[in-house]
Amino acid sequence: MSIFINASSRVLVQGMTGKEGRKHTQRMIMSGTRIVGGVTPGKAGTSVLFEEDPVPVFGAMADAVAATNADVSVVFVPPAHAKAAVLDAVRSGVGLVVVITEGIPVHDSVEFLAAARDAGVRVIGPNCPGLISPGKSNVGIIPAHISGPGRIGLVSKSGTLTYQMMYELRDHGFSTAVGIGGDPVVGTMHIDVLQAFEEDPDTDLIVMIGEIGGDAEERAAEYIAANISKPVIGYVAGFTAPPGKTMGHAGAIITGSKGTAAAKKEALEAAGVVVGETPSLTAQLARDAIAHLRVASTR
Amino acid sequence: MDLLEYQARDLFERFAVPVLSGRVATTPDEAVAAYEQLGAKTAVIKAQVRIGGRGKAGGVKLARGAEAVAATSAEILALDIKGHRVEQVMLSPAADIAEEYYFSILLDRAAGGYIALCSVEGGMDIETLAVERPEALVKLGLDPVVGIDAETAARIVEQAGFREEDRPRVADVLTKLWTVFRDSDATLVEVNPLVKTAGGSIMALDGKVTLDGNAEFRHPEWAQYEQTSGDVDLERQARELGLGYVKLDGSVGIIGNGAGLVMSTLDVVAAAGEDFPGKPRPANFLDIGGGASAAVMANGLRIIMSDPQVRSIFVNVFGGITACSDVATGIVNALEMLGDEARLPIVVRLDGNSVEVGKAILAEANHPLITVKNTMDAAARTAARLAAEGN
Repeated sequence: MSIFINASSRVLVQGMTGKEGRKHTQRMIMSGTRIVGGVTPGKAGTSVLFEEDPVPVFGAMADAVAATNADVSVVFVPPAHAKAAVLDAVRSGVGLVVVITEGIPVHDSVEFLAAARDAGVRVIGPNCPGLISPGKSNVGIIPAHISGPGRIGLVSKSGTLTYQMMYELRDHGFSTAVGIGGDPVVGTMHIDVLQAFEEDPDTDLIVMIGEIGGDAEERAAEYIAANISKPVIGYVAGFTAPPGKTMGHAGAIITGSKGTAAAKKEALEAAGVVVGETPSLTAQLARDAIAHLRVASTR
Repeated sequence: MDLLEYQARDLFERFAVPVLSGRVATTPDEAVAAYEQLGAKTAVIKAQVRIGGRGKAGGVKLARGAEAVAATSAEILALDIKGHRVEQVMLSPAADIAEEYYFSILLDRAAGGYIALCSVEGGMDIETLAVERPEALVKLGLDPVVGIDAETAARIVEQAGFREEDRPRVADVLTKLWTVFRDSDATLVEVNPLVKTAGGSIMALDGKVTLDGNAEFRHPEWAQYEQTSGDVDLERQARELGLGYVKLDGSVGIIGNGAGLVMSTLDVVAAAGEDFPGKPRPANFLDIGGGASAAVMANGLRIIMSDPQVRSIFVNVFGGITACSDVATGIVNALEMLGDEARLPIVVRLDGNSVEVGKAILAEANHPLITVKNTMDAAARTAARLAAEGN
C-alpha cells in the first residue's frame, strides 16, 4: 500500500508538450509511473515520443479521461494558464490533481482549490515537488533514485528538504513521500497527509518536516495528539529567519508571533512528536524509533 | 510586495474608496509646495515607511503654516525608524475624526480562502484587540467568488455593531475595498483606522496593502511600485541578478539550493557557531535554485564575497535533479571567473545525484580555498570555525 497513488495509478500530464513537462514525463516513465496521456489545449490528436513509445496528447482533460480512464493528473502548465488547467482537471473526473507549477497567483489558487473542494477532488500543491511511492508510482519531480520503497511516510513543504530526508533515510525507504508545497495556500496540508499515513497499513512511522510561516504545523500538532497512533518524528526549518523577510517560498515568512520555528517545535513536542535539531539528527531519531518498533513487535 | 501608505491611498482612490487628499514630498521645499496645494490650514505629515510604530517614533506630526511644515517635514525626513530611513513624507489635511474603526481582508491559509476582520473599536493595534477583546472583532470567512457583495457587507456591519444609521455607508466602503483586494491581486487590504468624520462621512484614513508578487505578470501598472527603499544594496544587486538573497548580520556566507534546505542550513550553521569564539552566525540566505550553473554560482559567490562581514562561505547542495558534478564544475569555474576577487575559504557539502563525480572534480581542482565535507553538520562546523578564525 501507499497513500494517494499506487502502482495502478493512471496519470495524465497537463503541459506535457512543454520543455519541463516533457523532461519530467520522461523521468516519471523511467521510474515506473503509468503515464497514459498528455493534455495541451490546441494539440489534440498529436503525440509525444518517449524512448520510441508514443504518448497521446489530448486537447482537454475530459477527452483525455474518457479515452484513457486516468485517475490522476499532474500539472506543469506555466502560471498564467495554470488556473484554467487545474479547473479543467477538477471537472474531468480524476480524483487527484498534483500541481507542480511555481509562481501561480494566490487568487488563482484560492479559486481552483475552492472548485476542487466542491467537486471532492484532492489537489496537492501548487508549487510542490509532487509525491512518490518508490517502485510503484512517481507523480511530480521527486528524483526516483534517492530512495527505494520502505515503511516510512514523509510529508514536507519543501522540495530539497524532502530529497535530503529521503537520502538520509534511504537505508529504510518510504511508503510514500509527499511534498505539499510552500505556497501560503495549498490543497493538501500536513493534517491530510498524516491522516492518510495513519490509515495506511504499510506505513509504520511518519516523518514530518515543517518550516516557518502560517500555523499548519501547530494545527498538525493538535491533530497528532488527538488522532495519530503511529510514531511521528519532526523537523522544523527556519529558526534563524528574521521576521518579515520572505525566504524563497512565498509561504516561508514570519508575520507576528505565530509561525516561528520555535513555536512550531514547541507545539509538536507538546503533542508527543520527537523533533530533531538538524536533518541528520532527525534521521537518526527516525532510525531509533524504527529500531524501537522492531523490538516492540518481537516481544 | 508591501505598498507605502500613499500608494495604498492612491489605489483606494482609483476604486472610489473615500480617502483624504494626500501629497508626497521628499524634501522640506516639496512639503511646503504640497501644503500649499492641499489648501488646509493644518496638515498631518506622515513618514512613508514599510514598518509599524512610526507614530511612537515621531514619524507622524501636525503642522500649521509653511514654516512649521518645512521644519516638521525636515525633522521627519531625517528619521530612521527601526532601520528604515524615511525618504518620503505624505501630507494630508488634518481630519476631524468622530469615531475610529478597523477593517481588513486577508488570506486565510488554514481555510485556503479569504477572511474579513472588522471592529468598531479601531485605532488600536489589532493584534492587541484580538487578544484582549476578541468579542469586539468580527471574523467572517469569505466565499472566494462572491467576496464582499452588498449582502455580505450588510452582515459584517451588523455583526460588528455599527450604528444603524452608519451601516449603509460603511457597507458601501467595504464592498469597494473588496474590489481593491480582488482586482489588485492583494493578499492584504487593511484600513486602520477607518473613520467617521465629524461631518458623518466614512473614510479610509490609513491603508496597508500587500500585493501578490506572483501576479505581477498581469499588472503592468505595478512597475510604479518598484521598491527603491528598505532594501540593502546587496539585496538590490542580487535581485538584479535574479538571485533569492536576504542579508543577515553574521559572518558565514551561505549558498544552497531550495528554500527549505537553505533555511535549514542557516539553522545548522547558527547552532554550530555557538561552540566557537565570537559565535559566528549566518551572513545571508541565498537560494540558487535548481540549476546552479557556473554563472549563477559565480554571481552568488560574488555577492557574498562583497559583504564585508563575511569570513567564510558554506556551499550546501543536495543534487536532486541537479547533478552534483555540474555544481562542482560550477564552483570551480566560478572561482576561475572571480580570480583574485575570490579571497574567502569555501566549505562545500554535496550529496545526491552524481556526488562521487562532483567530489572528484573538486579534488582534482585542488583549489586552496575549497574544503569538502561529507555531511551538512560537519561542513557547518568547519565553516563556523573558519569564520571564527577569520576574525
